[in-house]
Amino acid sequence: MSSSELDTLIGTRWKKPPFIRRVWLRSALVLGGFLYLVLAIASVEVNWSRVYEGLERGAAFVAAFTTPDFTTRAADIREGMLESIVMTVAASVVGILISIPIGLGAARNLAPLPVYLVCRGIIAVSRALQEIIVAILLVAIFGFGPLAGFLTLSFATIGFLSKLLAEDIESMDRAQAEAVRATGARWTQWINYGVQPQFMPRLIGLSMYRLDINFRESAILGLVGAGGIGATLNTAFDRYEFDTAAAILILIIVIVMALEYLSGIVRSRVQ
Amino acid sequence: MATRTLPDGTRTWRRFTPSQSVVRWMGWLIGVAVFVWCWNRISESTTWFFVWDAPRIAGDIISRATPPKWPYVNELWWPIWDTLNIATLGTLGSLVMAVPVAFLAARNTTPSRFLVRPVALLIIVSTRSINSLIWALLLIAIIGPGVFAGIVAIAIRSVGFCAKLLYEAIEEIEQTQVEAIAATGASRWQVMLYGIVPQIMPALAGIAVFRWDINIRESTVLGLVGAGGIGLQLSASLNVLAWAQVAVILLIILAAVGLGEWVSAKVRGAII
Amino acid sequence: MLRLEKLTKTYKTGDQALKQVDLEVPQGQVLALIGPSGAGKSTLIRCINRLVEPTGGAAWLGGVNLTALGQRALRRERRRMGMIFQEYALVERLTVMENVLSGRLGYVGFWRSFLRRFPQSDVDEAYRLLDRVGLLHMADKRADELSGGQRQRVGICRALIQNPALLLVDEPTASLDPKTSRQIMRLIVELCRERDLAAIINIHDVALAQMFVMRVIGLELGRIVFDGAPDALTPDVLTQIYGEEDWEATIQTVEEEEEEAGTA
Ligand SMILES: Nc1ncnc2c1ncn2[C@@H]1O[C@H](COP(=O)(O)OP(=O)(O)OP(=O)(O)O)[C@@H](O)[C@H]1O
Ligand SMILES: [Mg+2]
Repeated sequence: MSSSELDTLIGTRWKKPPFIRRVWLRSALVLGGFLYLVLAIASVEVNWSRVYEGLERGAAFVAAFTTPDFTTRAADIREGMLESIVMTVAASVVGILISIPIGLGAARNLAPLPVYLVCRGIIAVSRALQEIIVAILLVAIFGFGPLAGFLTLSFATIGFLSKLLAEDIESMDRAQAEAVRATGARWTQWINYGVQPQFMPRLIGLSMYRLDINFRESAILGLVGAGGIGATLNTAFDRYEFDTAAAILILIIVIVMALEYLSGIVRSRVQ
Repeated sequence: MATRTLPDGTRTWRRFTPSQSVVRWMGWLIGVAVFVWCWNRISESTTWFFVWDAPRIAGDIISRATPPKWPYVNELWWPIWDTLNIATLGTLGSLVMAVPVAFLAARNTTPSRFLVRPVALLIIVSTRSINSLIWALLLIAIIGPGVFAGIVAIAIRSVGFCAKLLYEAIEEIEQTQVEAIAATGASRWQVMLYGIVPQIMPALAGIAVFRWDINIRESTVLGLVGAGGIGLQLSASLNVLAWAQVAVILLIILAAVGLGEWVSAKVRGAII
Repeated sequence: MLRLEKLTKTYKTGDQALKQVDLEVPQGQVLALIGPSGAGKSTLIRCINRLVEPTGGAAWLGGVNLTALGQRALRRERRRMGMIFQEYALVERLTVMENVLSGRLGYVGFWRSFLRRFPQSDVDEAYRLLDRVGLLHMADKRADELSGGQRQRVGICRALIQNPALLLVDEPTASLDPKTSRQIMRLIVELCRERDLAAIINIHDVALAQMFVMRVIGLELGRIVFDGAPDALTPDVLTQIYGEEDWEATIQTVEEEEEEAGTA
């Protein structure tokens, strides 16, 4: 055997071969990363005395979670929560309904090119713009209130769902769809029998997931005047009413958990 | 599915039994009722006069926003740098917290299923359910406005997301590799280092880049509530209705988001 | 050297995998453990190094009762028991060298293992072992780049670098082709002879067992039903272990193969 190779190796130190083998690339990455971190950290101004003072308030906030105050602003909280839920539900329904045709139109194997481009464009714009930015613009256009929030969430839902649906349809089992077409079915029949059975379960699962996201997002839209619990929460923080803020946050967490639980059940049912 | 015998003796196939279809119809009916009710509430709190006026306002905004005020870009370099730092440092900070939480939450590594694991899961759920803007509001109330609050907000918000994905990865590792290391007489920490960590490394890297991409988006708007980054300029420009500046900022945000997505796709491609 | 006294394992599900097994293995003896699927072979091996906790009885290694040890002492004793697995159980994303050196983890501290700074004597030993199994040139390859036979060789190196007194081998050849299976079995047996190691080898292939080992234990439903030399495995005995079947064919091929091996 290669005992000469062994003789040369015995007594030499062993080092794990580096992850990136090219020396220059490795050193450039390490150096660059290090330099960036130093610069980045140096450029963050931290007012440590302010932070130190804040620790006390932080502790007060954590303590507030043990004594959440649901009563003092009960009316505000109830109105805000209800508005959040209403916006979430309405926007999810409308968003899902609109995202189905757009998703179909954005699937290259179903739609003709012009339709495809338009649908993809809508999806791209919706995904690139943050909910909160859309909300700002819509508030500027439609005025304050839940209508702006509702439109924001619907628009975001469309971008999210249509893209996933389109990808699903594009990658779905062609053979199966083809088999239906081979029987001479009409286009609507083809959608109904060849495409729909494959993506319905996915659509339901994704919709539940999006409902969950929409609720979480609805909680911040109030910050820019687009309705929902966010305004109440913002006021609570402004006035350092941590007990009320804690109460609202607990409500949000509980509702999100409930929605996750629900969507787990629904998803296991449809699959 | 059910077959039904018609009066004339022929049998027809139906997808649902009659009672099933009644339940379905009821379901639809309730769904529609709920939606209509929701819509009514929204419509009640809407000033429709403004809405009918919307096309004119939109046209007005667009005409003021075009052409974008390009020289304004020069005032944005520093905020852009801040935004990048909020996303990057926030992601790093969240990973530092998420890794231990994930190990405490994974069924196969948690020290105690009945005491520690629920706490870890609670941390994951609560940090995940609350939007980073809310975390930012909270942190500003506590430690004052600025980039630092933004970094901490992003870090906390990302803990749940990263820890959830990571603990799922930990639960999927191959247990025999871990057993093999344990069988050599390695200590608990060594087993983790040699048996578990190498198996989850790719997942960890993927999660980090994925979350960084999301955090770039989120850090662009943190400034709206005063937590640093380009959102501050956005908020200031909006307050004075300087739509031409708003247009520049939005375009820059779009570019940053696109760039972030591109980088993360590249890096993930290189890892996998 | 290894002595099992009334070793018993009852799983939480109620399966009695081991029923009061008594067994004594002297230094340097390589024995094969055969038996139908579900007989409790893996359980027996894993109860010895306590990857599975036995529910009763005792296992003595030298003068130490393994079943009575605390965590720390157990880790120390595990160093004296090398284990080889059916699916190799290499850490796939580590290099061959790291996999081999992980056999020394019981001997080095946490930070040394974290920084991969193993003592030079360990590194030299790893090189020697890799050379012995013919994989020295693969030392810096990642484990998932190796073939099955190569992986099992690395697994053997990892077990041997522990400097064990006993090898626990769970179906070393079950995922390998017949030729590689023989090579691996031969390698294990040779290495045991060189180092005067005792070994317990779980194996399904009776013919292969007969070729290489000096003692065969037959296990059925958690009980030892046969204990003797390989030649004593008659069709009657195999029927007792595995149930009714035409065993002549199996045994005949063994004899032919042995002749073949003798002439080769
Ligand atoms: N983790 C476990 N939990 C419950 N029962 C188990 C477990 N592992 C094994 N058993 C049971 O213990 C008995 C012995 O299993 P063991 O794995 O030791 O058999 P084996 O002889 O190694 O079989 P094979 O040849 O298929 O590997 C079987 O009845 C099995 O169902
Ligand atoms: Mg087994």
